[in-house]
Amino acid sequence: MPATRVLPTDEAAELLRLVRQIVREQLAPRAAEAEETASFPREVFTLLGEADLLGLPYPEAQGGGGQPYEVYLQVLEEIGSAWSSVGVGTSVHALSCFALANYGTPEQQERWLPEMLGGSLLGAYCLSEAHAGSDPAAMRTKAVRDGDDYVLTGAKAWVTHGGEADFYTVMARTSDPSSSGPKGGGISCFLVPADAEGLSADAAERKMGLMGSTTATMRFDGVRVPAERRIGEEGQGLRIALAALDSGRLGIAAVATGLAQGALDAALAYAREREAFGKRIIDHQGLGFVLADAEAAVQTARAMTLHAARLKDAGLPFSREASIAKLVATDNAMKVTTDAVQVLGGYGYTRDFPVERYMREAKVMQIFEGTNQIQRMIIARSLDKGADAGSDAEIRAYGD
Amino acid sequence: MNIVVCVKYVPDATADRQFESDNTVDRVGVDGLLSELDEYAVEQALQLREKREGEDIEITALCVGPEKAVDAIRKALQMGADKGVHVVDDAIAGSDSVATSLVLAKAREKIGAEKKVDLVMTGMASTDASMSVIPAMLAERLELPQVTFASVVESQGEVFRVRRDGDTATEIVEGRLPMVLSVTDQTGEARYPSFKGIMAAKKKPLETWALSDIGVEADQVGLSASWTAVEGTEARPPRTQGEIVTDEDGSGATALVDFLASKKFI
Repeated sequence: MPATRVLPTDEAAELLRLVRQIVREQLAPRAAEAEETASFPREVFTLLGEADLLGLPYPEAQGGGGQPYEVYLQVLEEIGSAWSSVGVGTSVHALSCFALANYGTPEQQERWLPEMLGGSLLGAYCLSEAHAGSDPAAMRTKAVRDGDDYVLTGAKAWVTHGGEADFYTVMARTSDPSSSGPKGGGISCFLVPADAEGLSADAAERKMGLMGSTTATMRFDGVRVPAERRIGEEGQGLRIALAALDSGRLGIAAVATGLAQGALDAALAYAREREAFGKRIIDHQGLGFVLADAEAAVQTARAMTLHAARLKDAGLPFSREASIAKLVATDNAMKVTTDAVQVLGGYGYTRDFPVERYMREAKVMQIFEGTNQIQRMIIARSLDKGADAGSDAEIRAYGD
Repeated sequence: MNIVVCVKYVPDATADRQFESDNTVDRVGVDGLLSELDEYAVEQALQLREKREGEDIEITALCVGPEKAVDAIRKALQMGADKGVHVVDDAIAGSDSVATSLVLAKAREKIGAEKKVDLVMTGMASTDASMSVIPAMLAERLELPQVTFASVVESQGEVFRVRRDGDTATEIVEGRLPMVLSVTDQTGEARYPSFKGIMAAKKKPLETWALSDIGVEADQVGLSASWTAVEGTEARPPRTQGEIVTDEDGSGATALVDFLASKKFI
């Protein structure tokens, strides 16, 4: 049952109608097979790009769709409700454009951004390393200045679209951590084209879920990157990376909400058909309550995600709310997808029905873009900091 | 090149269809959309423009239908057509193909009075009435050659060469502009509008004409002026339950074969 959506503009409503049509006609029919065979659906991203759906949250002047996060996230949720891998990929693509769109010079933006946001190119984001996931400041990949170039050496782990992307937004160390003062200093951000010499992808990870989304380690073996491809100042990289992740978390919260909605829809359809003891199983209170809790969980996730989005759109701090949204939406998705398997009983445990896949897909959402333990850390720290500040929370009208 | 694509607003084939008391299709009380078969014509017009890059090619979506039918034009504009013309007049309701082709031809003449029209494109049929005669009638009224049921369209200059797949043979037919061209559902899937296309469509010119604007009298169209009328309609009978063959004594295979033979499947 598609969610009731109230959108801020007519154009947003038309956008959501277009997305629903594409999701229904093009994504939903392909998802199960691509996930079963672990095929990366490049053609689906081409289609989304042609429909202008890959640059939605960026300004029109830069080639984006000029949509607020409140609208963009609802698009992601619709995509995620049919196919998590594509929802995650769309979010990661937006994440990989974040650095250039927000920290690039006008010349850099003019040169590279239109085709990145226009959807003809697909992006990837390289931050984590094998030994440094939750603690990115511990990264070891180096970028050493050599004339007009930087030379990148190291390996980046868990790269979504690794080996499939056309460009990589890469964080690498330009100075030693001990000499750079504050923790996380000395890291810089680079925009690396996929065909750069010395850049290669390891074999894709053999994952538990999201098989349609390629994840691989990217190796930088003396990759020469012209200095003009450094985004932001030297040493600004970690700040860029963390700012990008605040927005990226909202993307994952939206995809997880969609995933949970998809699982609930499947469970609901089954519970209305399947009979036990002479009545539909939804009419047995034990199952009815499971579905009711699932609906409450989905709506809670959606509300929290959109609340955080509206803060961001209003230019207010939203980092804490983004973490809460990511935490709530992904934990809820785990619960709802697990319960969906329960509702379908033995059938739910087979690969003939999609709910076991949804359950496998939900698990990673509690892990990536900051584990849910990291989200709790961020929330606790921001509570502590907020209490010190002691100021009243803002009350603001739309449009102010 | 100036192209006019005729687009029809039809009831959504996936929803219930209704008829008015005079047995005409209910086009007002049901959800409608741009006929899928006409989407192929719009797509071919857009592809033509893309293939002939550098030429000045204008595409006008022309629709005859009630007020809601403007949605069909809007979809064509969202896909990439440049402007729309909507002929709407209460007197048109109930028109058969002959009367509709008169309205289309007169509208096309008015469009042509401003700027010469080189090509009139249509789908292979509508998804509601499925008459498939409008292209021929239009060609006759406009005194143009007709090239119909094209499954592949190629063009060079003013010469159009199409493939026409028949049951027993495939023809290659060549025509020269100006002409009427209808395309089939084999020409290639129609594109989705892009988000920017949807936005841009709002600013594209869309004219609404009444019969008086195109020089057609009310008594030349509508149900009373139509040469044909639907006498009655009957809902398709509900699907009957299938036949279950139970193989209890080894006769199941024979029963299956008998069933298939009785239906002339084997």
